[in-house]
Amino acid sequence: MENIVLRVKNIDVYYKGLQALWNVSLELKEGKIVSIIGSNGSGKSTLLNAISGLLPLTCGTIELFGERIDGLAPHEIVSRGISLVPEGRRVFPRLTTYENLFIGSYPLKSRSTKNKLIDRLYEVFPILKERQNQKARFLSGGEQQILAIARALMSNPTLILCDEISLGLAPLIIKEIYFQLRRINQEGNSIVLVEQDIKRSLKMSSQAYILLGGRVVLEGDPTHFTEDQVKKAYFGI
Amino acid sequence: MDSSEGAVGSILEWEGVLMENFYQLILNGVLLGGLYATIAMGLSTILGIVKVINLAHGDLMILGSYLSFVFMHWIGVNPFWTFFLVIPAMFFIGFFIQSLILNRVVGKGMEPSLILTFGLSIIIQNSLLLFFTPDSRSLMTPLSVKTIPITEFLNIPLLYLVNFFVALGAIFILHLIFQKTYLGRAIRAASDDEIAAKLMGINTKRIYAFAMGIAMMTAGVAGVLVGMAFLFYPHTGPQYLIIAFGVMVIGGLGSMKGTFIGGLILALSQLIGAQLLGIGNQLLCGYIVLLIVLAIRPQGVFGEG
Repeated sequence: MENIVLRVKNIDVYYKGLQALWNVSLELKEGKIVSIIGSNGSGKSTLLNAISGLLPLTCGTIELFGERIDGLAPHEIVSRGISLVPEGRRVFPRLTTYENLFIGSYPLKSRSTKNKLIDRLYEVFPILKERQNQKARFLSGGEQQILAIARALMSNPTLILCDEISLGLAPLIIKEIYFQLRRINQEGNSIVLVEQDIKRSLKMSSQAYILLGGRVVLEGDPTHFTEDQVKKAYFGI
Repeated sequence: MDSSEGAVGSILEWEGVLMENFYQLILNGVLLGGLYATIAMGLSTILGIVKVINLAHGDLMILGSYLSFVFMHWIGVNPFWTFFLVIPAMFFIGFFIQSLILNRVVGKGMEPSLILTFGLSIIIQNSLLLFFTPDSRSLMTPLSVKTIPITEFLNIPLLYLVNFFVALGAIFILHLIFQKTYLGRAIRAASDDEIAAKLMGINTKRIYAFAMGIAMMTAGVAGVLVGMAFLFYPHTGPQYLIIAFGVMVIGGLGSMKGTFIGGLILALSQLIGAQLLGIGNQLLCGYIVLLIVLAIRPQGVFGEG
C-alpha cells in the first residue's frame, strides 16, 4: 500500500478577511506529483501558503505522514520536510547565490551535510556554481527561479510545493526547469505543482485538482479528464 | 627694523597656530565621529533588519553607561574592564526586550513599535532617575586627561583616540558577524524578505531577538565610551538618540560604511560650525549639514537608491 504523504482535509482559509478556500481536501501519495490548477484568484497560492503555515486554517486539518501539522509555525513545518518554492521566486536579493543556498539549509544542523547538498546542487545546476558569489538580484529571472528551486531543496524536503515556477520565463528555461523537477521527483520527492500552464502540469501529474472560487470543482487522474470537463471546471461555465 | 621683523615673525607664528588649530579641529572631529558612528550603529541595524525605529536607543545606551558605572564601583576597576560585563548584559537586555515586548508588534506597521519604544524610553529614564538620582555621573579613567602632544599646539586627546579605535573595532566586528557567520546571514535573509526567510525554516522572531541583542551590544560599547568622555544623567538618552538619527540619515540606512562616514560628517560639521559661528551654534550646524545631505542625496551618502 502506498503511503499518503500529505492529507489536507476540509480546510477553510481566510485571506485578508475574505474566505479564500472552502472545504478543500487533497491527498498526495508518496513519490507522486499532484497538480493544482485554476484561474487567477481561485485559491491555489492560498492553499500552498496554508500548507506551509503562512496562513492559519479556520477549519479542517493538514497531516504530513499522518501527523497533524496545521497550527505549527512555518519554520517548524519546514523542519518536518515540507519546502515551498514561493510565487515570484523571493530569493534574498542582497545575499549571494551561495548564501541563498546556505540559508535554505537552515533546518539542518550539520555543516558538512550542508556543503554536500550545495555541491550536489551545483552539479545538477551548474549555472548556480558559476554565479555563486553574485548577489541574487543580479541574476536573470530564469537563474533566480533555478536558485529558488535549489534553495527549497537545501532543506532536504520530502515534499516540495511549487508555486507557478514557470511564470515569466522563456520556454527553453521552463523546459529545463521541468526536466530537473522530474528528476527530483524520480529521486523520491513528492511534489505539489501549482501552475497556470494546464497542459504541462496535467501531463506530469498522477492526480490533479482544479480549483474555482476557492472550491475543488474537479479532481482525479488527469488522463481521465475530458477537455470539456477541464474547460468547464477552469472557467466555471 | 627689529620691531618690524618681530611683528612679521609673530604674524607668521600666529598663522601657524591658526593652521594647527584647524588641524586640531579636524582631528577632534574625526575622533568624535567614530564615537557618533558607534552610537548610531545599533539604531541603524535595528531599523534595517527589524524595521523598527527604536526610540529608546539613546536611553538604552545611557543604561549601558550606568551599568558600567555600577560595575566600576562595585568591583572597583577601570571602566575599560566593565566592557566585559556591560556588553553581555546589554545583549541579554536587547534579546529580552525584543522577544518579550517588540516581537508582539513586529509586522503590524510603524506606529505600534514607535509607541512601545517611546514608552520604553520613558520607563528607562525614570527608573534611572529612581535608582541613581538626577545627579550627573561620569566614568572616570586616568585616560580622561591625558593627551599625546604632536606639536606645540596640536594634541591628540588619548581618550578620544581610544574611543575612535574601539568604535572602529566594533564596526569591524559587527560587519564580520553580519557577513561571515551563519546567524548574520540568517539575519540578513530575514531583513531581505521575512516571509521567504520563514519558508527557509528560520524562526524570524528569534532572529530579531538576536539582532536586537547584537544592536544593544554596540549600544553598550557606545554607552561606556560616552560615559568616559562626557557627563551623563538619567535624561541624557534622547540627546544621543538625535545624534544617532542624524548619523543614520546622513550616512544612509543599512550600510556600516555609511554609518561610519555619517558619524564623521556630523561630528566634523558640528565642531567646525562651533569654531566658525560660536559654540552655541554647534548643534545647529550639524542639522544644517543634515538638511543639505537630505536635499542633495535623500537616501544618504552610502544609502541604496
